[in-house]
Amino acid sequence: MSFPWANHYEPQNPLMKWVDDRLPLPRFVYNAIGAGYPVPRNLNYFWNFGVLAGFCLVLQIVTGVVLAMHYAPNALVAFDSTEHIMRDVNWGWMLRYAHANGASAFFVVVYLHIFRGFFYGSYKAPREMVWLMGVVIFLLMMATAFMGYVLPWGQMSFWGAKVITGLFGAIPLVGEPLQIWLLGGFAPDNAALNRFFSLHFLLPFVIAGVVILHIWALHIPGSSNPTGVEVKGESDTIPFHPYYTAKDGFGLGVFLFLYCAMLFFLPNALGHPDNYIPANPMSTPAHIVPEWYFWPFYAILRAFTADFFFIPAKLMGVLAMFGSILVWFFLPWLDTSPVRSGHYRPLFRKFFWFGLIPAMAVLFYCGGAPAEEPFVMMSQLATAYYFLHFLVILPIVASVERPEPLPYSITEAVLGSDDNAELKAAS
Amino acid sequence: MTESTGTADVDGVAAAESGEGVRRRDFINIAAVGAAGVGGVVTLLPLVSQMAPSKDVLAESSTELDISAIQPGQAVKAVFRKQPVFVRNLTDKEIEEANAVDVGSLRDPQTLAERTKEGHENWLITMGVCTHLGCVPLGAGEGENKGEFGGYFCPCHGSHYDTAARIRKGPAPLNLQVPEYEFTSDTVVKIG
Repeated sequence: MSFPWANHYEPQNPLMKWVDDRLPLPRFVYNAIGAGYPVPRNLNYFWNFGVLAGFCLVLQIVTGVVLAMHYAPNALVAFDSTEHIMRDVNWGWMLRYAHANGASAFFVVVYLHIFRGFFYGSYKAPREMVWLMGVVIFLLMMATAFMGYVLPWGQMSFWGAKVITGLFGAIPLVGEPLQIWLLGGFAPDNAALNRFFSLHFLLPFVIAGVVILHIWALHIPGSSNPTGVEVKGESDTIPFHPYYTAKDGFGLGVFLFLYCAMLFFLPNALGHPDNYIPANPMSTPAHIVPEWYFWPFYAILRAFTADFFFIPAKLMGVLAMFGSILVWFFLPWLDTSPVRSGHYRPLFRKFFWFGLIPAMAVLFYCGGAPAEEPFVMMSQLATAYYFLHFLVILPIVASVERPEPLPYSITEAVLGSDDNAELKAAS
Repeated sequence: MTESTGTADVDGVAAAESGEGVRRRDFINIAAVGAAGVGGVVTLLPLVSQMAPSKDVLAESSTELDISAIQPGQAVKAVFRKQPVFVRNLTDKEIEEANAVDVGSLRDPQTLAERTKEGHENWLITMGVCTHLGCVPLGAGEGENKGEFGGYFCPCHGSHYDTAARIRKGPAPLNLQVPEYEFTSDTVVKIG
């Protein structure tokens, strides 16, 4: 579906007409990310991160496919083949750093994309399915990133694999056999490494598939916007191309600037030196932490130090960690406020900026810190607030809050009230 | 819609407003697309280059061989760049046969002297790779079929090479390739 005033694809070239009659792929692209997709005229730079996330996915697939041409997923030679890439393969060092830092960049833009959704209420009707698909993509990304980190078969790879698969061991009754089944052994070894490589290669293409669903679902109602007011007429929209291709192109340039700065000047800043030591099942590194993008969830995992009624602390931590993301699936129905954008919701905004964001920041910090006081206590408080925010505060705020007046339309939000709109538009 | 750009000349502003001539936007457009295009093409360089032989493969590209144990009439197969290389100690009869051929009648005209080193005319060193489609010809091993001309015979598509490893019959277009090599002493050859 699209708005009735959307531009229509009319190929002039006879060849393109011929193609359009048989396989209307150019038409599909035109209507999806071309001049045929009308987009609200007031999108700010937070709307860049969807395109940037798509770019990161392509970047990771391209560099990953190339790295797989040189990498050997065998516990005997995996570490050596990684070093072979770094030392012998033409440009191998750059391709590997591009892939490792590309993973971090992917998470940066996806977190900002999710942040945009949280603040501007992008998850609300009629875009619930867009949101749900997005959460699925995020879960797949986490699984892919985790398995990718195991492949170099350094110390952090090995112990990361051991700790994360150990989470499944917390499940009652089936936990331990499940963990052994996942690893294909009693500890990470060749069997685990091989299946992680296979899945690490597969999952990005699954992500690409869900991304198509994500965008498909988005194009039913069209993009949201910072006011949260739905498109009412033609004056509220501009074509995606050239207006947002240009804006996204500029954002992409800024992104590439920062990304290349990391890639070429700080390639190991986000990694762990211990991962340049070959995997050793006999010795655990002193300070073991996951990659930075898992820190908030790792903090929630470690926040549970005492048994919770009849549930053991270990299981509780695992449930809370998975629950902290699964709760996002229910967000469209927990936040029942009819006003979409946080811009017009004074009470929501207070809890967002002074509640959720600080709690996330604390969890992020504590996840990277050693498992000792005061970080454990801080993690516990932040975890408690995190769940309270989604499960209790959001529904209550939605029912007691008195939102600020909304603009009548997007055009009015941009150009002022209707009395002056025509005048300003003409000037 | 008037704005002060400080340096813009009056004609340029007038042209921009009437939509004629080269507008500033055209310049920005070409500059941006040009920079992105050049950047994109340059990005392809590492992606293409990574497929080329890596440094460790290139480091294995020369082979040293002790030939003191090879008697006249014998040949050995050595490995050079993961491919077989034939090192053959020719008998006087084989040298005579090779020199008796009219070079002009050959498909790939070369004399035996051109295919060996001065002072070591009895040592024929060639790649063991048929120039047709890359099979390993027979004839270097004891008792193998040497073909109709007493050199090498490729069983894949029936190419016959003579005692100087020149193509005489069959589909192969060229003589067996002579790799770069040198005698580092009377008994040691360095190939590559």
